[in-house]
Amino acid sequence: MTHPGEITRRQLIRRIGLAALVVGPGAGLLSGCATGGGEEPAAPVTSATGSADPRNPFGVDARKPLKVTIFSGGYGDAYAKEIHEALYKKEFPGAAVEHNATQQISTQLRPLFVSGDVPDVVNNSGPQALDLVALAEQGHLADLTALFDAPSIDDPAKKIRDVVTPAVLDNAKIDGKDLVLNYTVSHRALWYNAKLFAAKGWTVPRTWAEFTALGDKAKAEGILLFAYPGQKGPYYQLWNVLYTAAKIGGNQAVIDIDNLVDGAWKTEPVKQAVTAWVDIQAKYGDKAYFGLDHTQTQVKHLQDKLLFYPVGSWIENEMAKDKPDGFEYAIAPIPDVTAADKMPYGAIQVGVGENFFVAARGKNPQGGLEYLRIMLSKDGARGFTEKTQNLTVVNGAAEGLDLPPGLRSAAKAQDAAGQNIITDARFEGWYKELFDYGTEQINVVMAGRITPDEFCSRMQAKADTIKKDGSVPKQTRGE
Amino acid sequence: MERWRTYGFVAGFLAVPIVLYTVFVISPYVQAFQISLTDWNGIAARPAYVGLDNFGRLLGDEVFWRALRNHGILLLVLPIATIVIALFFAFVLNLGGGARGPGMAGVRGSGFYRVVFFFPQVLAVAVVGVLFKAVYRPDESGVINGALIRLGMEPVGWLIEPDLALWSIIAVMVWQAVGFYVVLFSAGMAAIPKDYFEAAALDGAGRVRLFFSITLPLLRDTVQVGWVYLGIAAFDGFALIQVLAGEKGEPDGATTVLPIEIWKNAFSYSKVGYASAMGVALFFLTVTFAVLTLRTTRRERIDL
Repeated sequence: MTHPGEITRRQLIRRIGLAALVVGPGAGLLSGCATGGGEEPAAPVTSATGSADPRNPFGVDARKPLKVTIFSGGYGDAYAKEIHEALYKKEFPGAAVEHNATQQISTQLRPLFVSGDVPDVVNNSGPQALDLVALAEQGHLADLTALFDAPSIDDPAKKIRDVVTPAVLDNAKIDGKDLVLNYTVSHRALWYNAKLFAAKGWTVPRTWAEFTALGDKAKAEGILLFAYPGQKGPYYQLWNVLYTAAKIGGNQAVIDIDNLVDGAWKTEPVKQAVTAWVDIQAKYGDKAYFGLDHTQTQVKHLQDKLLFYPVGSWIENEMAKDKPDGFEYAIAPIPDVTAADKMPYGAIQVGVGENFFVAARGKNPQGGLEYLRIMLSKDGARGFTEKTQNLTVVNGAAEGLDLPPGLRSAAKAQDAAGQNIITDARFEGWYKELFDYGTEQINVVMAGRITPDEFCSRMQAKADTIKKDGSVPKQTRGE
Repeated sequence: MERWRTYGFVAGFLAVPIVLYTVFVISPYVQAFQISLTDWNGIAARPAYVGLDNFGRLLGDEVFWRALRNHGILLLVLPIATIVIALFFAFVLNLGGGARGPGMAGVRGSGFYRVVFFFPQVLAVAVVGVLFKAVYRPDESGVINGALIRLGMEPVGWLIEPDLALWSIIAVMVWQAVGFYVVLFSAGMAAIPKDYFEAAALDGAGRVRLFFSITLPLLRDTVQVGWVYLGIAAFDGFALIQVLAGEKGEPDGATTVLPIEIWKNAFSYSKVGYASAMGVALFFLTVTFAVLTLRTTRRERIDL
């Protein structure tokens, strides 16, 4: 885990200051059109100017209004309206909070970024999320180093960076700067109906042989072993395959893919993972699911038409309204594919998600940082968990809460996994084009239209193209 | 002076629509041309000009060519299928009943059918998309596949087989368009003097002969207009494909079209410059098609 030191931070501030001086020639021609053009906005307000007051470390102007835009998707927006914004107003009674909930983050906000009237806090999420790398390039994202170094609201002796799960700091980085706050923790692996397993006397398979044996048993009862949604949700299967590759070959398999390492898609673990799942689809799958979307597939899961569904812990809340009493979500780790998997049985993916950022050129970036600090307080985090039934990155914030069974099973699985946590694939956010291509090709290979080898070659070719494309800003990650 | 007043009067009426048209139609076109020469990512305040790079890249982009190929298929199949079916129905509805009373009449209940045919046209594209999603659903809950399974047949992956998906979508487009063209052609047929039919019928011409020797030649202008409309529709298809097949033109991009690629590049990959270059290409394709169609089908008017 890398903790950026003081020097890096100062360098960053300098770099942001310099960025404003670099002016491209001839761009003034574009004035008055969609691109905005005209004046280069003033140097972004960095929040580095802290104040000594631990209760107001960013020196927020108590009367300045704060604009918040929330992606109103699976989590809704009640958590923001009723918890975080309420807490902000409690702290600064004189400040007005302008709440905006939308599902079209990009459509709504992109023109605002061009014109300059941006919200201070943005929950950048959903299929129409903004391209964070592009925003970062333009200096639109406020540096969160000050936030991570600020005292926690619950215990001023502790810094924020010490009260959140370490993956937050790792995932905050774009181009080496801390710019994004990931707020939720999710557990991804295979999800199943614990009550069905109990009723049938089945146990969760630990090896691939047990997995396929269960597939035969289920088939006899007219239940599918495994399915994923080929419409809208094939990325669930792309994740699943990547996590399986990480289980076989260690996290390095995924890290190399993220770093666009030559031949990363053609390694043995990736091939084995793809082959294993293609075999499952061929022997135990149903091609109808290639034409079903995530909701249709999830409803079929609730009807016990399939046993395992590759998804994350948000599924329980997502399907809460449709869930019959006879269904209880539980997580199952990916079974051992080979006898020599690098990660032992029990490894699951635990990742952070749900992006928030503070606009550097908004009217109230200090207020934005304070808003995030409030989100990272125990009250803020617990409120989120109560409203959405999902865990946050704040350590221990969910203690004492009555969590639903699926979340409890995920927490238990994480304990059991210990250090064997499968990493997330970051190229999803870094190189959307590669990821989209992957979600397309995973359907092609799973449907048997190409072989696993061809899949790996195609993905490698696409990754090579991205690597060579100078217009795509590159990111790298460490361990 | 008098002339000046007249023009001033006319200009006064035209000013508002012209300004609106310039701001909302012309200027976006011009800007698309301009942006297509830049590397704009949708956010940068100062995009850099890259000359014709975007267009050079288009030529080497296999997805672009796949989209063009799909446009080609749409361009051939959609107008022909729609016009043939619409002409057939229009003929049957208007003249298919043969000589009854004064002049020709349609089949029994043609007034009712005419309304029914027009129904799909009234539905929003998104509604049609959702409707046919249910019709084409690949499992036993699908309308077609449910019936097939009950009959003991294998379900068909209408929208998930790459060789079939585009045809399934074209079928929906035809289904939706036919009603409008039935009405259009009916109006055209109503304008053909009845004497022609009566004279031909007296000479012993059958319905087929009536259709090919009288109806079709005299309907040429209307058919030509329909052809241009349908051709332009073939360059779109965005909403229907987005809803039915998926936002990437699934499966395997087999149903992708230029508007889908433009949307994807501009809004998913932040390559607004590249997307604009596709838009410019689409603009020229559409214009070329319209000009070609009107040129090649131009002919002296037949005076009725």
